[in-house]
Amino acid sequence: MIEIRWHGRGGQGAVTSVEMLAMAAIEAGKYAQGFPAFGPERRGAPVMAFNRISEKPIKIRSGIYRPDVVVVLDPSLVGLVNVTDGLKPGGVLVVNTSKPASEIRKVLNYKGRLYTVDATHIAREELGVPIANTTMLGAVLKATGVLALKDLSAPLAERFGRLAIKNVKALKRAYDGVKTAQAA
Amino acid sequence: MSDVQIITGNQAAAMAARLCNVQVVAAYPITPQSQLAEILSQYVESGSLRAEYVRVESEHSAMTVCISASTVGARVFTATSANGLLYMHEQLHWAAGSRLPIVMCVVNRGVGAPWSIFNDQQDSLSQRDTGWIQIHCRDNQEIMDSVIQAYRIAEQVYAPVMVCYDGFVLSHTMMPVHIPGANLVRSFLPPYKPHTILSPENPKNINPVLLPNPRMSAEGILCDGYMEMRYKLQKAMEDSREVIIKTSREFADAFGRDNGGMLWEYRTDDAEVILSAMGSVAAEAMAAVDQLRAEGIGAGVVGIRVFRPFPKEDVARAFRKAKAIILFEKSISYGYEGGLSSELKAAFYRTDIHAPVHDYIVGLGGRDVKARELVEAAKSSVEAIRSGTPEKHTSWLNCITE
Repeated sequence: MIEIRWHGRGGQGAVTSVEMLAMAAIEAGKYAQGFPAFGPERRGAPVMAFNRISEKPIKIRSGIYRPDVVVVLDPSLVGLVNVTDGLKPGGVLVVNTSKPASEIRKVLNYKGRLYTVDATHIAREELGVPIANTTMLGAVLKATGVLALKDLSAPLAERFGRLAIKNVKALKRAYDGVKTAQAA
Repeated sequence: MSDVQIITGNQAAAMAARLCNVQVVAAYPITPQSQLAEILSQYVESGSLRAEYVRVESEHSAMTVCISASTVGARVFTATSANGLLYMHEQLHWAAGSRLPIVMCVVNRGVGAPWSIFNDQQDSLSQRDTGWIQIHCRDNQEIMDSVIQAYRIAEQVYAPVMVCYDGFVLSHTMMPVHIPGANLVRSFLPPYKPHTILSPENPKNINPVLLPNPRMSAEGILCDGYMEMRYKLQKAMEDSREVIIKTSREFADAFGRDNGGMLWEYRTDDAEVILSAMGSVAAEAMAAVDQLRAEGIGAGVVGIRVFRPFPKEDVARAFRKAKAIILFEKSISYGYEGGLSSELKAAFYRTDIHAPVHDYIVGLGGRDVKARELVEAAKSSVEAIRSGTPEKHTSWLNCITE
C-alpha cells in the first residue's frame, strides 16, 4: 500500500486531485481511498488531503501519519507548513515551485528524494488559471510510478468533460517536465 | 467507466436515496451531514430525482414533515447528525409510535456541550429506546446497500430505520462503491404501497389520546389501549430480526454483496480472541486482527451491524468460542459503561459464554483510532486475562485520565 499526503490551500482543488488519483487507481484495477483532513473548510487556509492506493481492499480507516509520498500544490507553503513531517525514509517529495531544487532543500533542510516542477506556470499557460491540482497529478505519476498516465484519462473526462483535454495536456507537460533532484 | 465509483459516504447515501425513488426529502443541513442534504437538493433541482424537497427551519420540523408525508403514503428520506438528531428526539418517538416506514441517515458526530463537529456515536446510541431500527455501516458500500435494504425492511415491519455511519471517517472519505443499476434496485424494492393511513377521501383522527384500557369504538370494535400499542411496537421490533436477515440474504442473492444480516464476522473460525465494534472502528479492527495474527494471536472480529433490534441470538452464536472479548466503543453511557458492553453481557446471560469482556471507549469527538492502538489494547487485555486478572474497569483508550 502506498500512502500520499497532499498540501494545498482551501479552494485549490487538493480534494479533486485526491479524487482523480483514487478514480485512476480503480481504473487500473487497484483499490483506493481519498479523504480531506477532517474538519471545517476555509478558503485560502493551508489544507491537507490524503490518498491510499493498494493492490488489496483497504480496511484501515484512520489517518495517515507516515506517508510514502508528499505533494505540495502551493509553492507558498514551503517553509510555512512542515511538509516533510513524517515522510518515510526513502519517500518522495513532489513540489510545485519555480525555484531551484537546491533552494527547496535548503528551506526544508531535506535530503531525500525530491521532484520539482513549475506546475502553476504550466497551468496558467494550458488552462488559463493558476490552479495546479490536475497538472501536479502528472508530476506525481512520474515521480512515483504508482499509476500510468492513461489511467487518468477516464476520470478526467468524467470530471471535466470538454475541459479534460486541456487538463490532460497540462499534466502531460508536468509529467515530462518534472525535474529529479538526486538526494543530496 | 465501470459501475464502481470513488465517492464519499454522503454521496453514497444520496445516490442510494435516489435509487430508492424517495418522494419527499426534508432535511436541515448540519456538519458532517450537509453534503448529503446538498446533493439531494441538487438532484431534485435538476430533475434527476422526482421528489419534493421541503426546506425546514429545524430538525424537529424535518422529522415532522417526514411523518406527515409518510402518513399520506409517500416514501420519505431525511438525514442529520449530533445535536440535530437530539433536537428530533420527540419526533423520533412519534415516527416509531405511528409505525411509519421512514428511513433516515445518521451521520455520527459527537454531541455538545462542548461543541464537536467530529465523529463519535453518542448521538445515535442515545436514541436507543425510540423504537427505531438501527443499522451501523463499516464502509461506503454498506451505506449504499443498507439504505436500499432499509426501505424494504421498514415497509415490511412498519418501523422506521436509522442507517448510521461515522462522520468524516466515512461521510467525507472517498472509497470505491459499486453503484447498482436502477432496474435492479426497482425489482428489489418495488414502489411503496402504503396501507394508506390518511387521505382526503377517508379523513380520520389518527393517534388520538388513548385511555389506559382497551375500549369499544362507536362501531363496536374493541380498540387497543396505549399499552397494547406499545406491545405491538415491541413485537414488531423483535420480529424485524427475521426480516432484516432475510432482506440481507435476498440482497446478497440479487446484488452479490452480503452485509451479514444482524452482524458480520472476520477471521473468527479459529479465533479465541474476539474484537467487536460498530461502524468504521469495526473495519479498523479487521486491520488490527491481521496484525494480531501476524504476531501469533488467534483473533477475529464480530462487527455488530444492527444495534436495535439487538442481535441476541446472533451474538450468542458468534461469541460462543471466545476466550476473550474486547470491545471498542465510540460512545459512553455515563455512570456505567459503553452501551454495547451492557447489551452484549446481557445477551450472554444463561449461555455458555463466560469469557471476560473488556470494554474500551475510543475515538470520542473525532480522536483518531489507529489499528495499532487496537492491537496494543487487545494484547494488554489478553495478557491480563492469561495472567489471571479477567476483570477490567472500562478503559479510555488514548485519553489522559489521571
